[in-house]
Amino acid sequence: MSTDTTTWNTLFILVRRDVLKTWRESADLLYPIMFFVLVTILFPFALSPEILVLKSFAGGLLWIATLLAMSISLENLFKTDYSTGALEVIVLSGVPLLLVGLAKAIANWVLSGLPIIILAIPLALSLGIDAFSLSILLLSLTLGSATISLIGTAIGALSVGLRSSGMLVIVLALPFYIPLLIFGAVATSNSQAGVIPEAELYFLAGLLALAVTLTPWATASAIRTRLS
Amino acid sequence: MFKFLYHYSSLRNFYFFSEKLLPFLLITFVCLVTYSIYGALISAPADYQQGDSFRIIYVHVPSAWMSLLIYMVMGLSSVSVLVWKIKLAEITLSAVAPIGAVFTLIALVTGSIWGKPMWGTWWEWDARLTSELVLLFLYLGVIALLNAIDDRRTGARSASILCLIGIVNIPIVHYSVEWWNTLHQGPTVSKFSSPSIHIDMLIPLLTMTVAFMLYCLIISLYRIRTMILVYDKDSQWVKNVITDNREQI
Repeated sequence: MSTDTTTWNTLFILVRRDVLKTWRESADLLYPIMFFVLVTILFPFALSPEILVLKSFAGGLLWIATLLAMSISLENLFKTDYSTGALEVIVLSGVPLLLVGLAKAIANWVLSGLPIIILAIPLALSLGIDAFSLSILLLSLTLGSATISLIGTAIGALSVGLRSSGMLVIVLALPFYIPLLIFGAVATSNSQAGVIPEAELYFLAGLLALAVTLTPWATASAIRTRLS
Repeated sequence: MFKFLYHYSSLRNFYFFSEKLLPFLLITFVCLVTYSIYGALISAPADYQQGDSFRIIYVHVPSAWMSLLIYMVMGLSSVSVLVWKIKLAEITLSAVAPIGAVFTLIALVTGSIWGKPMWGTWWEWDARLTSELVLLFLYLGVIALLNAIDDRRTGARSASILCLIGIVNIPIVHYSVEWWNTLHQGPTVSKFSSPSIHIDMLIPLLTMTVAFMLYCLIISLYRIRTMILVYDKDSQWVKNVITDNREQI
């Protein structure tokens, strides 16, 4: 019992530390979110201002904007911790690296996934999505963005401290997001046709379960490799 | 068994062992590829629907299989790198990655050339084409990561982790993309009970595949051997190898 509570405590402390640190460094917090909004409002210029046209693309557009914005947020995930040496201190302190990996992913989701999901509400409405599809979109974005954070943390840990790591992370991570994009976008467009996209949402939930169980190991071994 | 593995996973022993192995591989490869080209271009009958243009299958299908096989080899090397820290596996990983990328590219290009007369389009957003394209990017990712890290050992370890994430993802990507859209013909070779391909067409295809495997093996061995020399360049045996060769020339 006592080990259980200390584990949760450690996880909580690690997450809170990351969230507070980024919160006070507001640029890191704002850029991915601004990027998300900017990318989304670029699409009407490129496609058409007609609400009927935009409506049919809305799910896909918001999903692509989410993927790109969250990939951008990955670069800062380990950057300052690595350059200030805080990461080494955390590793040396004997905290299980699995927890560190999980905490980084949770922090990344809180800092970029959650604001994006909230901002997706007005953006989706402005693109003409109805209430039912909006709820499906938000549900798929919630499941998907958590998976994105988990996979992205592992990839971010691999490239910490490398030259042009920002671009590298995006290039390495995007192929892994394709299944999420497929299920997320299809779920939204199916819901616009009036179908409840159970299968797609279950797939997204399954991918999240898989990511929760596997990616912390990858992140932990990546951190160990980068610091060795 | 482990003694055997231990012996050949040492760089020096592997270098000399592969030197003895290469001539046999080369001879087998030349015989097999000659027979396969004869079988593919002359003895196999023309397809009743696709005419002679189906013969590109003898490049397309083996390359596609190689692109998957080499990723599997990389996966096995990654496990050996991460679990047993075998240097030879680190070298293998970085040696075969570009070969796999090139075969993926060949599979894509030949598929596109084949698709033009058959489907009437160079590129179709079809499941297998798309997942092959994603595979190309997974290869390029591993190569990019290997290049980005200066220290060879941490580079290989990082690339191994990425490679294993990719291994888990390949089936997910494949089935999700298949579920998303499919136009490609179903598997015609692997249905063992009654393959929907004529036996005279099938045999050259299988021998060609073995020839492709041998080719990959030979090219990888050359690359691995060169990398071993670079890796161990400060040791005495490498100096001996290099100076001996100079004297012979």
